[in-house]
Amino acid sequence: MTSTMQPVPVPVVSRQAGMRERWTRRGPLLPALVFTIVLTQIPFLLTIFYSFQNWNLLNGTPRTFAGLDNFRSTVSDDVFWKSIWNTLVLTGVSTIACLALGLLLALTLQKRFPGRGVARTLAITPFFVMPVAVALFWRSAVFDPSFGILGWMTDLIGLGRVNWLSEQPMTAIILITAWRWTPFAMLVLLAGLQAMPDDQLEAAEVDGARWRQQFRYLMLPHLRPFIELSALLLSMNIIQTFGEIALLTAGGPAYATTNITYYVYLRAFNAFDFGTASAYGLVALVLTIALAMPALRLLSGIFQAEGRR
Amino acid sequence: MSLHSTRQRGLGVIALSVTALISLVACSDPAASGGGDAKNATITVALAANPQMKTAESLISDFKAKNPGINVKFTTLPENELRPAVTKDVATKAGQYDVAMIGAYEVPIWAKNGWIVPLDDYVAKDSAWDAADVLGPIKDIVSADGKLYAAPFYGSSSFLFYRKDLAKKAGITMPQKPTWDQVAQYAAKMDDKAGGVSGICLRGLPGWGQNLASLTTVINTFGGRWFDESWKPQLTSPQTTQAVKFYVDLLRAHGQPDAAKDGWEGCLQQITQGKTAMWYDDTVFAGSALQQATPEVAKNLGFAMAPTEKTAASGWLWSWGLGITQSSKNKDAAWKFISWATSKDYIKLAGEKAGWDAVPPGSRTSTYAIPEYQKAASSYADLTLASIDSANPKQPTVEKVPYCCGVQYVQIPEFVDIGDYVSQQVAGAISGSQSVEQALQKSQDYTTQVITKAGYPK
Repeated sequence: MTSTMQPVPVPVVSRQAGMRERWTRRGPLLPALVFTIVLTQIPFLLTIFYSFQNWNLLNGTPRTFAGLDNFRSTVSDDVFWKSIWNTLVLTGVSTIACLALGLLLALTLQKRFPGRGVARTLAITPFFVMPVAVALFWRSAVFDPSFGILGWMTDLIGLGRVNWLSEQPMTAIILITAWRWTPFAMLVLLAGLQAMPDDQLEAAEVDGARWRQQFRYLMLPHLRPFIELSALLLSMNIIQTFGEIALLTAGGPAYATTNITYYVYLRAFNAFDFGTASAYGLVALVLTIALAMPALRLLSGIFQAEGRR
Repeated sequence: MSLHSTRQRGLGVIALSVTALISLVACSDPAASGGGDAKNATITVALAANPQMKTAESLISDFKAKNPGINVKFTTLPENELRPAVTKDVATKAGQYDVAMIGAYEVPIWAKNGWIVPLDDYVAKDSAWDAADVLGPIKDIVSADGKLYAAPFYGSSSFLFYRKDLAKKAGITMPQKPTWDQVAQYAAKMDDKAGGVSGICLRGLPGWGQNLASLTTVINTFGGRWFDESWKPQLTSPQTTQAVKFYVDLLRAHGQPDAAKDGWEGCLQQITQGKTAMWYDDTVFAGSALQQATPEVAKNLGFAMAPTEKTAASGWLWSWGLGITQSSKNKDAAWKFISWATSKDYIKLAGEKAGWDAVPPGSRTSTYAIPEYQKAASSYADLTLASIDSANPKQPTVEKVPYCCGVQYVQIPEFVDIGDYVSQQVAGAISGSQSVEQALQKSQDYTTQVITKAGYPK
């Protein structure tokens, strides 16, 4: 599979000249491509190999061929399916929350007002704080029922002090994930808004369009590729969430916050069962592709942006 | 661009990102080798990044002065990274480390796999090391088949931390050996929800080394056990159920709020900030608790033996030991380092140079005879020693168990897997998302499945 390069429209020329032309253009990219293949595809092939092996480091027996045993165990392992479901919930809800909040922030911060520069910087900050520091800070200053800010807020509105990480663990993880990734969505959408020509909006205003109509019929269609792009990038990043889970809940209670990344980690580096860990990773990959394909088709292909606009 | 290639490219992006995730599994450390003879050797030591080991690292010039020609290289990793790094190294015989720091749970497993070498011959030749001085129960848990496989750097048991002032206010005199029934009553009396002080802090965080360690000692003393003598799991037996119910009920009624998120780190914070009246945890945290506590808490912190029910003692046992890897090319030099770092002289040196609270505790009887240490650790030194000496790693339970030796864990390679699963279910019961019975039934089923697959039941 080729890498993540942007597609280059290939001009129609004679076949031979086209070949030479193509290679002079692609040649300089080859080292990067080879590097990427070595770093990603060789481990990938090894993972496929290990997934057919019976290989637990701790029991000291040599590796043996396991056939499809590791894959069969995915079917019977409830925790695996629970972790797939958790991954879906975490990724889906966080991505939507990030987009909604990011859009709101972008619309606000696009308007001119005194101190906009400072406000923009502050709005991006969560994205640049180390995930570990974020998790530890949220643990004691936000989620803690006795001295956390959320405990104080729920108390104010009469809900009492909620035990966030014990009783609402998934909501808590989604909150912190959305908080961390919203600035990313905001950055992309703000760039999109700034690329929008002012005269269109002015014309609409002259025609008597209200703000809501402007937003619905001008801004949203213009922003669509930006929203799609950030949805894709966000879900790709959020699907790998690890640090927050490891530090806040250790995947619990009762696997309520174990996503597939954390579960593969537990199997591989806690139980040292590399065979099943590899198989689980592969099954997760196949499922991700199966789910992502229709989603991507539904989004009508963001890489066709030129064609659509 | 056609729709087809668009899809492919999208796929490519996803495949690459997920592959990066999976490739975590496939990577392994590059092999490094250390050559040379015993006189002129470089040894690589893998250590856990805890304060005591950092002290050892800072005092290495003393070792070099005594052993010219031996160069020591340290690889210091956080405890949870040390385990995978070192396991991969020894299991694949990569030979990166000559000396590895290993937890007591792993020592017999590694010994059985032939990853570390027995130390008896080195000990016999090294009379200054004085094997008889090493605490007996600690020696038991870092040995296999009667041979010593790791030299204990420090050892610990578990006991009860409590606030003397709060106990006095509630009219409680803490006995030196309380029972769990008493502790539950005291927790109810000292629980002050309005004042933000819980009755007791117990580990609730999932993990075989987190909530399961505390819980297993409770199961043991309530007369429960993990397995019967023919390896049939006993997680739904009346005794185990009673013990787990006791733990979960106590935690839900009078424990710290949001309990399923707290491991020892969380409870250490709770006790030092005056947010809880009691805490059942490792003896090694006594020093840190006193250091980090607010002045009011520090002057009122008292200690008692691990609460019991049906057994004479219930404290757990843990040790971080130093072992020599099978793949080491400098075993003699490696022993010289281990002998230095676990010797009586080193403990004196660490006390004098780095302060007596930085001394590795719980490994040697002689440590507790040093007047300076006695003075620095007066409130918990004797209780730590008594806790370790009374722990029974050969039979921590009322009825017999098919494994040896371990108190808060079962000495088999599959325990990490089983333990993580059970600890998750227990955390679910603590958080209230399922009942204790449901948690234990799932645990029993999972354990039966793993243990049967591994071929243990007779």
